[in-house]
Amino acid sequence: MDIITIERKVLEKNDEIALQIRNKLKINKTFAVNIVSSPGSGKTSILERTIESLKSKIQFAVIEGDVQTNFDAERVKKYNVPVVQIVTNGGCHLDAKLVKDALDKIKLKGIKFLVIENVGNLVCPAGYDLGEDHKVVVLSTTEGDDKPLKYPKMFINSSVLIVNKIDLLPYVNCNIKELKENALKINPNLIIFETSCTTGDGIEEWCNWVMMNIIE
Amino acid sequence: MHELSIAQNIIEIVKENVNEEDYGNVKSIILEIGELSGIVADSLQFCFDAIKSETPFQNAEMKINNIPFKLFCNICKSVTTNTIGTCLCTKCGGTDTNIVSGTEMRITEVEINS
Repeated sequence: MDIITIERKVLEKNDEIALQIRNKLKINKTFAVNIVSSPGSGKTSILERTIESLKSKIQFAVIEGDVQTNFDAERVKKYNVPVVQIVTNGGCHLDAKLVKDALDKIKLKGIKFLVIENVGNLVCPAGYDLGEDHKVVVLSTTEGDDKPLKYPKMFINSSVLIVNKIDLLPYVNCNIKELKENALKINPNLIIFETSCTTGDGIEEWCNWVMMNIIE
Repeated sequence: MHELSIAQNIIEIVKENVNEEDYGNVKSIILEIGELSGIVADSLQFCFDAIKSETPFQNAEMKINNIPFKLFCNICKSVTTNTIGTCLCTKCGGTDTNIVSGTEMRITEVEINS
């Protein structure tokens, strides 16, 4: 019996492409976030609010990932922002190759902020580096305060947590204090914002964080 | 849910590292999968077995070594095992911790019948 030692990461190809993306964005001075959440947490709504707030200050580009339809890209197009829709046809996450191909369709010059909206899924996207500067996880109050403990990998790999739909707190069984404590137990370094896309609460604070990270 | 694409990645990596004439002799593919890798070992095993007849490695089995999630605490300097995946030190409650192990998803060895 022969034994061949391999010692290779299963996702090394993805990580190599992610590194190429990261370098490309760095050279172009583009700050990039990868927004992840379960389906229906409000990723696209947060994106729309963010574009409304910051469009006059910085140039955006958006990559939308969905299992089916281009509904999200259509929503973003209304703001005259360059957007590429990736339809995964059943795939549960975006990988770096899909993002690289999408990025090739965008004129990157002058783009200061790239938003990659991942497929709605709190499990699989956690493992895939897309070349972003930060993963931003969105968790809405309707999903309950225990989710960080149930899906730890996503919260460990993210830098920012946006607790969305805070306007619904009086109506849902979600203790926001516990939600934040649970999230910080998983990842003590998480930066947390509380938002409502209906009332606009908290969007300014989140946008300030984005602006702090924009590379001049 | 993404274990099938992971299984396909594994097959590609093994192809790159084994001589083509030995493909049919690959007896086992040995992996290290961390508790917090996001991979369900049983599911990965199932996916590999489901697709292997379509690959050159029809005689191969997958052996998975599970790697526990461990933290090093920079405050009390201890290594703790934390089963629920929180990054708090279970000894002193410290928040300044580094992950020592548990996020692995690696092919370590391939055994070939000679």
